[in-house]
Amino acid sequence: MDMQSVMTLLLTVGKILLIVVPLILTVAYYTYAERKVIGYMQARMGPNRVGPWGLLQPFADVFKLLFKEIVLPSSANKFLFYLAPVLSLAPAFAAWAVVPFDDWLVLADIDASLLYVLALTSMGVYGVIVAGWASNSKYAFIGALRSAAQIVSYEIAMGFALVGVIIVAGSLNLREIVLAQQGGIFDWFWLPLLPLFLVYFISGVAETNRAPFDVAEGESEIVAGFHVEYAGAAFAVFFLAEYANMILISALTALMFAGGWLSPFENVPLLENTFIAQPHLLWFLGKMFFFMFFFLWFRATFPRYRYDQIMRLGWKVFIPITIVWLIAAAVFVLLGWVEQGV
Amino acid sequence: MSIQVLVFYLFGTLLTLSALAVITVRNPVYAALFLVLAFFTSAGIWMLLEVEFLAITLVLVYVGAVMVLFLFVVMMLDINLDRLREGFARYLPVGILVALVMAGELLLIIWTKGAQNLVLDEGNPDGFSNTAYLGERLYTQYLYPFEIAAVILLVAIVAAIALTHRGRREGGRYQDPARQVQVKKDDRVRVISMPAVDQKESDA
Amino acid sequence: MQVITNYFRSLLLAELFGGLRVTWKYFLKPKYTLRYPEEKTPKSNRFRGLHALRRYPNGEERCIACKLCEAVCPALAITIDSTQREDGTRRTTRYDIDLFKCIYCGFCEESCPVDSIVETDFSEYHFENREESIMTKTQLLAIGDRLEPQIAAARRQDAAYR
Repeated sequence: MDMQSVMTLLLTVGKILLIVVPLILTVAYYTYAERKVIGYMQARMGPNRVGPWGLLQPFADVFKLLFKEIVLPSSANKFLFYLAPVLSLAPAFAAWAVVPFDDWLVLADIDASLLYVLALTSMGVYGVIVAGWASNSKYAFIGALRSAAQIVSYEIAMGFALVGVIIVAGSLNLREIVLAQQGGIFDWFWLPLLPLFLVYFISGVAETNRAPFDVAEGESEIVAGFHVEYAGAAFAVFFLAEYANMILISALTALMFAGGWLSPFENVPLLENTFIAQPHLLWFLGKMFFFMFFFLWFRATFPRYRYDQIMRLGWKVFIPITIVWLIAAAVFVLLGWVEQGV
Repeated sequence: MSIQVLVFYLFGTLLTLSALAVITVRNPVYAALFLVLAFFTSAGIWMLLEVEFLAITLVLVYVGAVMVLFLFVVMMLDINLDRLREGFARYLPVGILVALVMAGELLLIIWTKGAQNLVLDEGNPDGFSNTAYLGERLYTQYLYPFEIAAVILLVAIVAAIALTHRGRREGGRYQDPARQVQVKKDDRVRVISMPAVDQKESDA
Repeated sequence: MQVITNYFRSLLLAELFGGLRVTWKYFLKPKYTLRYPEEKTPKSNRFRGLHALRRYPNGEERCIACKLCEAVCPALAITIDSTQREDGTRRTTRYDIDLFKCIYCGFCEESCPVDSIVETDFSEYHFENREESIMTKTQLLAIGDRLEPQIAAARRQDAAYR
């Protein structure tokens, strides 16, 4: 191994840390924001005791979890029991490798980055299913089965929604997909692909097992689903993975349907040459936080779906809608109503 | 030795070991998980050949969907581990025969084409998109085989459902979520207006 | 036909947006939550908190050991022993209230002919050992001495309604 490859390796590790550390901090404050937002929507204050306005609450939670004991259930499969949290965390983090934060700010600008993201999000189900089986607990097992079936079903609708994006953008590369949306808020893909946008985002909520699709955790019927038997740091890792996935879905929605780092005020007559019409990293983060807020808003608003209705929604409503709109999108492109990028 | 070759041998060893583990471990869940590992490492090897579309699709389809269903079934069934061992010696000759035939076929290909032609050349030129190339070939040169394969798969899906689906039992009680979610308030609730009655007057 | 229109209407997600509107409205509304140790709700002058035994202005304890409070107490939380003092008056030798039994109903206060046993508006107290829950006569008198201004003020405000 020569000097150069060592340097490349170190540089890449540095870049990875530059993504992962802010991501973990975002997860920490996302949990705080969740409790605060849901509290506000229920006319409560939310956490406000640890630090000013409760801002240190996430750290208190983390330290509490780290100091708790990890209990191994009797006759659980020890190796798989400890492997499962890692299996669910790894894909949630690895998918960020191809997310472009700005035109030049991306760790790995690979050709088929959209497919890569899709492949990795589909891997997350292993953590759930292995956790459920290794725990040797019926609640965990039922939760894992529900969650796995749900994730596999909604992945199809999600994949179809992304095919629409690919048709209009003409590329599998996330950076090029964003660049294909240039020209202000009405040139972003949410407008021509509105049904796909809704299907994608709702499927994203289902894919991450969040309310109202959180039957996998359904605390009123199966205690807490696949992670009932997990405590302490192992539980914290599952928690981290779930929230990292939510942030990932929000980021992807912002990239594919809301123009990524592009400014919504491009080509607006008066603002055209001012700084707010310029593409910037902050636009991307703003859009991402906007979609992240919706996850919390949904949780505060909607009651949990019944399991058979979730399956019906995925197979009998979303998939037909996406197929219809795929044809519509192809027709749009053929007729030139929507300009294909690249 | 460049890093690429090193990584190739690492992945190759891992792939061989995990493939061996699939057929040797006793616990079927472990076997399924080793199969996942095998798929994943072979995707890594494809990645080294710069065929990222195929590599990612392998992960997406086999690891992300097929193996999940496999695991599902294996976990649901309470498989008796001792029974699995029986008949190992009986099927051994057949297994060896199949293995020999497969090895012979591989050798035949290498013999006819020559070992040199099987190795990819020094990577692809800059800006070459494997994905676009694949798509172009698939929808022009190989359009008919591709479509025929798709139709065969569709037929297989329909056949699988037709063979196993028994329909609903006569007289059974079923919920139909599609109809349940259609229900509106007006279908179930009737607001009626009842004038207040003076109890003393009506008694009198 | 109805089914088809319903289907397309459901695609508009009108009901879901209606729900989101409600939560958004509450998101912006001011919150009712009280940040407890810093903020407290105002208390009524009839608030029934920790008990106290009062004294007359000349320092003589009011309690005459009539045991009406002991008799009326529905939770049997009060225990009284009494004796005759040298000056011939009847006084308590023991006046215990078990605060774990007490239900803070205020009957003792109502039954007292000399306004001796009262319930103050002091409610922030705790015990760290089991036996600390039993308040003795000296403790109760001490509480009465400490909180007398508040007790007297509350009685004055409520006098018109008694």
